[in-house]
Amino acid sequence: MQMPKPSANILARKAEIVACLRQVLPENAVIDDPFETKVYECDALSAYRCPPLAVVLPGSTEETAAALKACHEMGVPVVPRGSGTSLAGGALPTEDSVILGVARLNGVLEADYANRFITVQSGRTNLSVTGAVEQNGYFYAPDPSSQLACAIAGNIAMNSGGAHCLKYGVTTNNLLGVKMVTMAGEVIEIGGAHLDAAGYDLLGLICGSEGQLGVVTEATLRILAKPEGARPVLIGFDSNEVAGACVSDIIRAGVLPVAIEFMDRPVIRAAENFTHAGYPDVEALLIIEVEGSEAEIAEQLGKITKIAKRHNPVELRESQSPEESANIWKGRKAAFGAMGQINDYMCLDGTIPVSKLPETLRGITALSQKYGLDVGNVFHAGDGNMHPLILYNANKPGDLELCEAMGADILKLCVEVGGCLTGEHGVGVEKRELMHSQFGVDDLDIQMAVKDVFDPKWLLNPAKVFPLDASEGRRQ
Amino acid sequence: MKPETEAELADIVASAKAPLEVIGGGTRQIGRTKGDPLHSSGLSGIRLYEPEALTLVAQAGTPLAEIETLLAENGQRLPFEPYDLRALQGTIGTPTIGGVVATNASGPRRIQAGACRDSLIGVRFVDGLGRILKNGGRVMKNVTGYDLVKLMAGSHGTLGVLTEVSFKLLPAPEATATVLVAEAETTSAATMAKAMASPFDVSGSAHANGTTALRLEGLEGSVSYRSQALANLLGGEVATFDWVAQRDVHAFAGVEGDVWRISVKPSGGPLMAEALRRLGAEKVIFDWAGGLLWVLASKGSPLRPAIKSGHATLIRGEGQTFPPEPAPIAALSAALRQKFDPRSLLNPGRMA
Ligand SMILES: Cc1cc2nc3c(=O)[nH]c(=O)nc-3n(C[C@H](O)[C@H](O)[C@H](O)COP(=O)(O)OP(=O)(O)OC[C@H]3O[C@@H](n4cnc5c(N)ncnc54)[C@H](O)[C@@H]3O)c2cc1C
Repeated sequence: MQMPKPSANILARKAEIVACLRQVLPENAVIDDPFETKVYECDALSAYRCPPLAVVLPGSTEETAAALKACHEMGVPVVPRGSGTSLAGGALPTEDSVILGVARLNGVLEADYANRFITVQSGRTNLSVTGAVEQNGYFYAPDPSSQLACAIAGNIAMNSGGAHCLKYGVTTNNLLGVKMVTMAGEVIEIGGAHLDAAGYDLLGLICGSEGQLGVVTEATLRILAKPEGARPVLIGFDSNEVAGACVSDIIRAGVLPVAIEFMDRPVIRAAENFTHAGYPDVEALLIIEVEGSEAEIAEQLGKITKIAKRHNPVELRESQSPEESANIWKGRKAAFGAMGQINDYMCLDGTIPVSKLPETLRGITALSQKYGLDVGNVFHAGDGNMHPLILYNANKPGDLELCEAMGADILKLCVEVGGCLTGEHGVGVEKRELMHSQFGVDDLDIQMAVKDVFDPKWLLNPAKVFPLDASEGRRQ
Repeated sequence: MKPETEAELADIVASAKAPLEVIGGGTRQIGRTKGDPLHSSGLSGIRLYEPEALTLVAQAGTPLAEIETLLAENGQRLPFEPYDLRALQGTIGTPTIGGVVATNASGPRRIQAGACRDSLIGVRFVDGLGRILKNGGRVMKNVTGYDLVKLMAGSHGTLGVLTEVSFKLLPAPEATATVLVAEAETTSAATMAKAMASPFDVSGSAHANGTTALRLEGLEGSVSYRSQALANLLGGEVATFDWVAQRDVHAFAGVEGDVWRISVKPSGGPLMAEALRRLGAEKVIFDWAGGLLWVLASKGSPLRPAIKSGHATLIRGEGQTFPPEPAPIAALSAALRQKFDPRSLLNPGRMA
């Protein structure tokens, strides 16, 4: 992975730039001590790291605007940062960039139950948004596995998903409005407590723009009434193909579970060793969750288990208690961590049409053999969002490069079968150069033209999303 | 002009010297423009339908009815319940799926299943330079690059001519029931909020003429349970309701006057309705749990001053169709239009 060469001019002006930021921000909001900026050197794609020029942590929208305006005037690139859990390197700095972190902006501004929305500052963590409304019987639906740590700011920038998005959609479907500061320091408000835009859907454009169009400081989010109850069923199969066919049949039958999660044998074993969730040792495991009243749950699970039985499952376990439900989910939720116990891993995020599941899994197995690296699969089966985890050894020279090459081949396979490079983690730096395999020259050009509109000087998170050769002329 | 292929359409735009009026079925007359008619109805046909993947890809000129029929045969549907403006506007023609997308047409189920833009997962379009562009795809989850899919939805043909659109679908419900509550407009917002605060997954919530209607959809047993529970909670009764008439605003069809579509914060609906009446509104129909007002007003009534938050579109009548935008938003919109259509050829003035 390459990053553009830092500007020697900016590096030489570091002291002056930091002094200028100190002028427009409170003393404690500007960090330039290399020891203290260390935690900002990478996000969760920790294979890549780089010390930033400085870090600013504004305490308000006004301070955010002041910091951006100053950087804009000085021509200094800015990398927005939420909690730094991006798996795509979205928050990775360059040596000549200032990290603008929104972690201090974590308040709740308004919770309106009659109108079913909450307005929060963008640095608030995903889980604590639900935390702020659950005593009133509400929840915020998008639930990335990182929800304890990740910020709404990052969720909006990446258009993050979660286990329950089959029913509730991803971030963009639950976002009603934002307050955002442009690179030039202008504060704009888009959307609000009402639905949809009268003019262009700028909100839809901002969501998923990976911090390249503006810095979001506040967000208005849709909250939903909690369902009466939820219950998972765990179904084990002795082949991935049959598990895939079972998923298709369930969807075809008109049942819409809130989640359909899929794990293959390497992940099942790792998760079982790590959490002792009681998973059977099978080729493929489905966790299917439904919601509603007791009777509604029974009705849905009745249909699902009837379909599943036609596919001769090795194991079929309907949860009988909240403890058992928690146990069923425990292994899945810890799957990444469990794989991490075995070795370093790279987590991919391509999406495929669900009809291509067996074919894609076969392709991944073949690539695993070709490259000699083990791979486990855990993913959202209802929507085709794959998460192959490639195991490698970071301490073994050449292994990371091998892993990257294999990852690229898997993602190209996803595109070939009609899917895409990333379903929820974003492009960042990780998939940047692969964008050519999904988009033509003009397709990329029109997207970059959108950035030209919001950030004509290309100072905001400039080295992300677009292949460096494609964006080079604009970044000068 | 009525091209039969995407390439032909791209050639027409690339070589155009004068503005073009992009027309799907011509049944949704929102905003005005002048230009040589460019019909997309020649680009017709369903390209891909995978029921087990809940996805459909169709050319933009495909009749909406063709899509809805195919889906119904397979027990599925477009989630967002697109409305039909023919009765209301007195237009004739065949609504196309491209027209649905260009106007982001979303019906009562908007509150539960999202708008057209939420179900739209991919587009192909021809921009103002005649370039064939694509964004999104045919998979349900996709964050690869910027989301121009949303931007194209509701852009009324001013950013590009849609040639192909992809959707995620939902299963059609086994059963539907409606709970009716007899009450005045003033209390309806609270009733609808109470229904939305319940765990019963309301998929339609409307009020007009002293009746609040709440729709429930899903599996047989579940709908019967939830409709009883909701009727008990609200003191209403399970009855029938014409959701198509609600969706297409039949009450205002053929009735003299302007028709406005106004999106607001739901709890503010009744108060806004009062303010609108003082300015000439005659009838108000609420949808989206109070968040959408369909308003019939005497011709030329200046309603905009009553709309302090949210936005209003003049669907039928003479006057400015779209609300004025705050200066920074207007500047961004104009700059985007300039990038997508630098020669101002596509439906110029339509969204002004
Ligand atoms: C263990 C683990 C599990 C995960 N599970 C999931 C999952 O299930 N689903 C999923 O979708 N993702 C998942 N992720 C990925 C990650 O958590 C999400 O992408 C998350 O939204 C990032 O949020 P963050 O606050 O950490 O953002 P950061 O990592 O800080 O930044 C992410 C991007 O957002 C931009 N950004 C940050 N703040 C702003 C702002 N204020 N304005 C504009 N742009 C901004 C950054 O520049 C960067 O491009 C997981 C990550 C980990 C480590």
